[in-house]
Amino acid sequence: MTPLPPKDTPTRIPGRRTAGWEVVALGLAVVWPFVASPYGAGLVTEVFIFAIAAMSLDLLMGYGGLVSFGHAAFFGAGAYATVLLTMKLGWSAWAGLGAGLAVSGLVAGVIGYLCVRMAGVAFFMLTLAFAQLLFSAAMKWRWLTGGSDGIGGMARPSLLGLPLADSRTMYFVGLVAFVLSLMALRRVINSPFGHALVGLRENEARMRALGYPASRVKLAAFVIAGVFAGLGGGLYAIYNGFVSPDALTFGLSGTFLLMVVLGGAGSLMGPAIGAGIFLLMKQFVSAHTDHWLLIVGLIFIACVMFFRGGVHGLIERLRTGGRA
Amino acid sequence: MSEATPLLRLEHVNKAFGSLVVTRDVSLDLAAGQRHVIIGPNGAGKTSLINQIGGQLQPDSGRILLDGRDVTRLPPEARAQRGLARTFQKNTLFQRLSTFENVRLGVQARFGSIFDLASRALGRDDINDRAQDILARLRLNHLADKRVSSLSYGDQRQLEVAVALAGDPRILLLDEPTSGLSPAETGQLVDLVRTLPAELGVLMIEHDMEVVFSLADRVTVLYYGEVLASGLPDDVAGNERVREVYLGASI
Repeated sequence: MTPLPPKDTPTRIPGRRTAGWEVVALGLAVVWPFVASPYGAGLVTEVFIFAIAAMSLDLLMGYGGLVSFGHAAFFGAGAYATVLLTMKLGWSAWAGLGAGLAVSGLVAGVIGYLCVRMAGVAFFMLTLAFAQLLFSAAMKWRWLTGGSDGIGGMARPSLLGLPLADSRTMYFVGLVAFVLSLMALRRVINSPFGHALVGLRENEARMRALGYPASRVKLAAFVIAGVFAGLGGGLYAIYNGFVSPDALTFGLSGTFLLMVVLGGAGSLMGPAIGAGIFLLMKQFVSAHTDHWLLIVGLIFIACVMFFRGGVHGLIERLRTGGRA
Repeated sequence: MSEATPLLRLEHVNKAFGSLVVTRDVSLDLAAGQRHVIIGPNGAGKTSLINQIGGQLQPDSGRILLDGRDVTRLPPEARAQRGLARTFQKNTLFQRLSTFENVRLGVQARFGSIFDLASRALGRDDINDRAQDILARLRLNHLADKRVSSLSYGDQRQLEVAVALAGDPRILLLDEPTSGLSPAETGQLVDLVRTLPAELGVLMIEHDMEVVFSLADRVTVLYYGEVLASGLPDDVAGNERVREVYLGASI
């Protein structure tokens, strides 16, 4: 009898446990704000925030096979809820953020309920349409959202007596949120639910014949992904002290998709790396040329055509000597 | 279950695609322990019938009952949760997952909690043991760690049955399990069906007459969606109309 579970069973469910290089990366991340300028710390803070949203999209895309073109809807919902509750109702930013998670989960539940029964093109057109709907609402309801100007002037709160106005504190809030999100999403992926999600990606007809309620599993994945995207959005609002319809644009949904594909779908850590590469390129390449998106586009095409596993797949292949 | 309530009952089931009638007034019963084989020429509506029982296809009229309960409008997953399992004529497996995971998913569907988000799927020994047990029973355990896409067609065909058995069903629908198998592999599959739990009700589509008559305790002949004859294998084989339209002079 073979021991269970087989160690290298090709279940296509990577990210089972913490890899050595991840521990090294975490160590570097802890040191970074002490060696970098506040500007450098802020840049990586943004990476953490976008990484949370990219990983949440990866749960849908990489594991569920649900390519959503409207992921900004959940990010934006979290961001708007956080700012609105703080600025209009006078809640603390943390209460606003907490409620923002519920709001983005609810938005994901409603959108998911209407989308998960669709397949293929209908599915992604519908996710795109709902995100556009929220974008239009944010533009039109000026009395509430400030329209295209957005709402600003939100001061960064304090946590345990430490003001987030300090770039290092803000950085560590982002880092902790990122690490906790990664651990939570990994746990979901390794759970019976996560395995069911992968099964649906691989063969929905068989899963249903086995007794899995396909639509309900996908809907639950939507809500989980929505909550984490909302966490990213809420933190982004706190980081900027500001929210505008930019947080709901199709462009942002596309950016999340790019991060996932660039880093490697179905690996969680890959899309986080993708978020880092994207934001750093935006920062540094755009300083030299206006055509930086063209370069990102070319890399994207290369990833789709030649490196299906993205950057993460490349790392894994190097680590395992080409067998992965 | 009482003697009077069959595991599975079809009452006057009809299905048409436009003007093409695939199921015409089909009624049949399947009792626990029965080995009921459906035969019929190509296009007789055998797979369409299995799909209606499994829930992949909705009948236009008529009723399908599991343990006397109407499941006609229930989706496949709800029927599976009531103990109905099926295989597919064309392999319908998780090609990129391991053989073990294929069976494990089947076990998890009925013995695990699908919406458990916190525990480790591979940490449930009861589920792992069941999956391992089924692989051993079907002599597939040496392939447990292999990716399904790397398995031979014959092994995949066996795995189809293993995955269906994983949820410990009471009713098993087998859609041409021997299709595409070599004579030796066919023999293995016949042995496998013979060793299925005695109380399991099996409804099976089969083309190979040797297989049919070696396994069946009841045979139903479908012809253009209609039941032409149904009964004990010898009676069906001796039926004049069956001989005319289907078996010809070969028996």
